[in-house]
Parts: sequence; C-alpha cells; structure tokens
Amino acid sequence: MAKYAILIYESEKSYADGGADAWQAVGEAHGRFAQQVGEKGGTIVGGDALEPTATATSIRSDVVTDGPFTETKEALGGFYLIEARDLDHAIEIAKLCPAQFGGVEVRPVMDTSNM
Amino acid sequence: MTAHAAPAPGPGEPDQPTAGQHRPGPAAACGNGSGRGSGGTAAGPGDEGTAGAGATGAGVTGGGLAGGGLAGDGGAVAGPGDEGTAGAGVTGDGGAVAGPGDEGTAGAGVTGAGVAGDGGAVAGPGDEGMADDGLAIHRGAGLADAAGTVAGAVADAHRREWTFVLAATARVTRDLDAAEECVQDAYVAALDAWARQGVPRNPGAWLTTAARRRALDLLRRDRTLRSKLPLLIVPEPAHAPAADVAAQAEDGAEMIGDDRLRLIFTCCHPALAREAQVALTLRLVCGLSTAEIARAFVVSETTMAARVTRAKKKISAARIAYRVPEAAELPDRLDAVLTVVHLLYTTGHTAPDGPDLVRADLVERAIDLARMLRELMPDEPEVRGLLALLLITNARRATRTDSRGNMLLLEDQDRSLWDSRAIAEGAALVLDALRGGRPGRFALQAAIAAVHAEAPSYARTDWPQLLQLYDALLRAWPSPVVALNRAVVVAMVSGPAAALDEIARLEQDGRLGAYRYLPATKADLLRRLGRNADAERAYQAALELTANAAERAFIARRIAEMSA
Repeated sequence: MAKYAILIYESEKSYADGGADAWQAVGEAHGRFAQQVGEKGGTIVGGDALEPTATATSIRSDVVTDGPFTETKEALGGFYLIEARDLDHAIEIAKLCPAQFGGVEVRPVMDTSNM
Repeated sequence: MTAHAAPAPGPGEPDQPTAGQHRPGPAAACGNGSGRGSGGTAAGPGDEGTAGAGATGAGVTGGGLAGGGLAGDGGAVAGPGDEGTAGAGVTGDGGAVAGPGDEGTAGAGVTGAGVAGDGGAVAGPGDEGMADDGLAIHRGAGLADAAGTVAGAVADAHRREWTFVLAATARVTRDLDAAEECVQDAYVAALDAWARQGVPRNPGAWLTTAARRRALDLLRRDRTLRSKLPLLIVPEPAHAPAADVAAQAEDGAEMIGDDRLRLIFTCCHPALAREAQVALTLRLVCGLSTAEIARAFVVSETTMAARVTRAKKKISAARIAYRVPEAAELPDRLDAVLTVVHLLYTTGHTAPDGPDLVRADLVERAIDLARMLRELMPDEPEVRGLLALLLITNARRATRTDSRGNMLLLEDQDRSLWDSRAIAEGAALVLDALRGGRPGRFALQAAIAAVHAEAPSYARTDWPQLLQLYDALLRAWPSPVVALNRAVVVAMVSGPAAALDEIARLEQDGRLGAYRYLPATKADLLRRLGRNADAERAYQAALELTANAAERAFIARRIAEMSA
C-alpha cells in the first residue's frame, strides 16, 4: 500500500452562497465517502477541512502577507491522506470524494523513509 | 519499406539502441499537432483542432473530406515522395532486413565500429526469407560472412522482439530505465554471441534470457541503491480485496498473460498526458531512440528526453501499476491505447512536409503495433477495427497526391493503384469487427473506409450505406468532426442543399470554429450549387485557417476557378 493525498479544490463562493444547507449536505457526503473508502479496500489515514482562504496568511522570505499563496477561483479547501494499492486504486477512491463545487487532485506522498 | 527497421545497437552508445543518426535524411516534419494536443479524450471539442484532428484524420475524414472537396484522403496532404518509399506492401513484406549490399558495412560494425549502420535499416526483398537465412547460419561459419547477416538478424530481432524482451525484463527489474538498459545490453551481447555461435532458433527467447540475467545481476549489485527507488508496481493476481477476487478470477485474471500488454497499457495510462503516452509507447514499446521520436514530432531532443523522463518518473512515483486493466476498465483503457496507435499512424500519414523517412517509419510502426494488439487481444472488435482502418487507409496512400505532390481528391484518384491485398485484409477484419454487439468508433471508421476502398468508382460508391455507417458512428462518437464528414455523405445522398443545412447547424454549434475543413466543405457544396460568389467567400475563410502549403495551393486554385 502507498500513501496518496487527495486535495480538494472547490469554489469558496459556492459554499458561501449555499449557506448552512450546502454545508450539511457536504458533511453527509463526506461521511458516506469515509465509509466507501473502506469498502473499496483503502484506508483513510488523515485529513481535514480548511478554513477559507480569507483566513490565510502567506509568508515568502519572511515577508508576511494577508491571503493565500496564489489567488485561484477554486482553492484548496481540504484534504485526505489515504492508503491505496496503486494509482488506479487511489483514483478509484478519489472519484468518490465529494467535491461538488470543484474537483480533486491526487498526489503520491513521497516516501522519505529511505532518505 | 525504408527504415522502420531499427538498426542494431552500437556498442559505443548503449543509450541509443536504435541509433537514429544512421537514418539518412533530416528530420521529417510530422506536426499536425497530434502529439501536442491536450491529454483529454479524443472526442472533446478542444481536441478536434489539435490532437483530435489527428485522431480523426485518417479514418473519419477519409472519404468525407474527399467528397467535400479538400483533402484527397485522410484530410491531410502528403508531401511529394511520401508514397514512393512506402511501397505497396503494407502487410508484411517490408522488413528489417539487411540487403546483400549492406553486409559489408554492418559487418564492420560487429567488430566494433558502430554496428547499427545501414545494414539494419535497409529493406531487402522480404524479411521472412532473411530470418530464415539468419537461422541457417551454422556454428563456425566464417565470421566475415556471417557478420553482416548477424547484424541483420539483430536488427530484425530489434524490430520484432523488442517489446517482448523489454516487457518481460521490466517485470524483473521493476524499473523501466533499468529494464531498458538491460535489454540494450542484451542486444549488444547478441551481436557478438550470435556471430560466434550462430543466430539462435528463437532470438526473442535468447534476448529475454540475456536481459533478465543481466537484470538479476543488477539487482544483486544495487540492492541498497534500489531499496531507495520507487519500484514499478507489479501486482500479483491476488491483490484485490475479497469482494473483487471472484470477479477477477473470472475475467481479469486470464487477461494477464503477456507482458507486452502490461507494457503498452502502462505507457498509455490515462494519468499520463497524451503526448507522454505517445512518446513512451514509441520509446518503450517500439524501442525507438529519443532522437528519433523527437524528430518525428518536431521537437528538440532535449524536450523529448525530458518528456520521456518525466513520464517514467510519474509511473514509478505515482505507482502506476504495471498491469493489464481489469475487465470493467478495459473498454476505456483500450480506447486510450488504440487512440495512441492511431495518432502515431496519422502523424506519419498527414505530415505537412519534410522527407518521408521518419514518417513512413511511423506509419509502419503503427501498423506493427496494431498487428501486435490484434495478436494479443484477438477477441476485441475495436482492435480489429483499428487494424482494418490503418490497413485500408494505408492501402490508398499511393494515390493521395499526383507526381508533383499536388493533392488529389478521392474522386480523381486512380483506384487501380490501391493495394487490393491490404484492402481485402482490412475488409475481412471489418466484417469481424462489426459482428456481435454495438460496433465502436474504430470498427465503424474502418467500415466507412472499406466502403470507399471497395467502391469501383467514386460515382458508384454506396452512399446510402455510408450514411448509415456515419449515423452509427455519430452515435458511438458524437464528435462535430464526424458530423461534418457525415454532411458530405448527406450531400451525395440528398444533394448539396440538404448538406448545407447540416453545415449551418455545425457553424452554430461553434466547436469547429477554427477547423479549416468546415468552411472548405461548405465552399465545395456552394460551388456545386453554382453559388460561386458564396463559395469563393467560404474558400477564403478556409484559406485563412490553412497553413499547409499544398492545401493552400489547392484552395487557391479553387478560388481562381470561382472568380474566373
């Protein structure tokens, strides 16, 4: 098994517009996802939702600025760390990850144990 | 028939087994954009202009655009001389055979000077015969006599067995770079060993054993180093969770038979961009050198090397498994493989200009690949369809241009020059491909090509049947390019006015806004209706979108006719 990060990029505006209902639906969807990962033979090792980019602070060479590292329409809003057999398996799992207002990116986690 | 035989590896350059520099002539320009399109699926609107145009080119546009009045065949133009070297023998008489005159050169190579030479690249009378000669070498035959034949046999084995040897070795090394190195070493070793001991009865098995032995040596030596490298994932059949095991035992497991399929499915994995899939397939499956691939796609060798390295790195770091997809994923994954092979073909087939050498090579490589897939997946209708499509399209290659390199419309082509043997082979495959169930886009494109190829003349083409096939194709593959080609057939069945209605719909659709064949087709329909002023305007619009010199010349001639 190998570790992959599933990075969730979504439109923050859609969440803001959707209000509490949107949040509740998304919360339920993530609950279902957690269950599906196990059914698919994968494991969720970690993950969290992030506060919106309006709360972000960026630091480049000690210069501190208000806001995210790069401004994008779809921002990183949360992530999962999963274990999967190979990329196909990770993609199969990531396809189930809720991202109604955007999409997800799958990245292999670097194995640094031998470095 | 020219140089699709990759010459043998030269001892002095283990990294360049195919020794591209030995091929005469400068780089061919094969840039219809095929390799450079987006990584998306072939049917997307964004692809039509770039990769998609290539992907659809040969088959879809085959008859359609010809009727529409622009391209003679395949929607693109062959430069002068394209056909000459290609020869008629699509089906297997061009080969990796050293002609008698080359043995001297190649022989010199065996003693160390750079073997690849001309020996491997020159087509002789037929490689079957030569292979036999190779087998007939006896132990103790004079080295000087045998050397040239040995180089030829090694070159032949490079073309025929490379995929098999590399694919089997990669499973041992679990590292594509290491596998390539071991296989290259094995080919170098073969030059020497075969000269001394005679060419083995089964060169592929000999090479595989040699390469795998080398891989095991490497494994022992570099155990510590390798433990730090991400290795190729070679799943055992039992990797699946309990729920999937039963299903896999039924359909998936038997499919894991030949390593060559693992290799090609890995190279064409959807997580790799299409241009990376194409480059990796040429490099790993066909054994072409980076220099050769770079020339074929008109990019610098550095760029191509970086592309190949990046793709290999992604395979290992992201753990793209070295396996044949399971039954559920197979249709999509196979479509990607077939699209890559088709793209190789159209890149060779539709190059705007440049010498024909590399281009002819790409065409032959694509047909070789399609044949290999057919051998490995004999029951897949779309594999049959692709092979049929390539064979039939290629059979008409000689007549796409006149002796001065001017494009010829399908209706003006001399059908007696078509390769009837290849057409017959393709047509038989089409029948098979259409049997049973819903035919896919390659089978349908092949069927369309077959109807054109088997028609006694343009006028006596079975247009109603073509229309049915286009209807089916449009359902299987709802692409505006297909719709455009269908419109051309509509013109033949119901007249140009009806076809213009279809064109108007496509203009409104907007996805073909930059597609030169849309105004070109429209212009031809208007011309046939005698609306010369309107036709001229449409030809002008087509001219603005057209870069290829021969196509521009064709349109310019039409404009001159319209205003005359």
